[in-house]
Amino acid sequence: MSEETPKRIAIIAVHGSLDMAYPPLILASTAAAMEMEAGIFFTFYGLDIINKHKNKSLGVSPIANPAAPMPVPNIIGMLPGMTAVATGMMKNWMGKQNVASIESLLEMCRMGNVKLIGCQMTMDVMGVKESDLIEGVEVGGAATFLDYATDASIQLSF
Amino acid sequence: MADKILDCKGLSCPEPVLRTKMAINELEAGQILEMSATDSGSANDIAAWAKRTGNELLESSEADGVYTFTIKKG
Repeated sequence: MSEETPKRIAIIAVHGSLDMAYPPLILASTAAAMEMEAGIFFTFYGLDIINKHKNKSLGVSPIANPAAPMPVPNIIGMLPGMTAVATGMMKNWMGKQNVASIESLLEMCRMGNVKLIGCQMTMDVMGVKESDLIEGVEVGGAATFLDYATDASIQLSF
Repeated sequence: MADKILDCKGLSCPEPVLRTKMAINELEAGQILEMSATDSGSANDIAAWAKRTGNELLESSEADGVYTFTIKKG
């Protein structure tokens, strides 16, 4: 049903943990498949999702997450190595359900022409260069994202 | 009958929808795609996707945990 102006979704990804990386990528790639325009603004820790040196090793914290399928008392979650354990468990569960990897969801976003915007200020603060980011990322600031989001019928923040 | 067959069995959300879209892109208007999936969410998802993209969901059925969709490209 191609209307003259495609619907648009504007998403903000603020967190760099594995569980928080999935929702923006799943929604943006699906929006593109539904013939909507989709864009994600990666800011603060969310920048890690498009940092090619970091996005293959995103983790999950076992601390303060009572909703985890196997909740761990915070005092245990504090022990060294527990983040790796929680991350391994989550990857295992997701693998069993054949959930796509972060890399392949990013690839599907790019195939769907999802606009990926890296936050310039975050890059400056964290010493991240444009060459550290995956291909196809546009770098911009708050005004760049707001300009995009102004014409969006859906705005979400993760 | 179908012009293209797509197997999405074993894949989780959002892949059945994404792959369906890619497969539909390769067809001409009026041609038929038959897609099968085991993701139980795909029953609602494919219907929503078809409604939004102007493709016609001709048939949707489930047997032994396999959901089968017949979609006509709009």
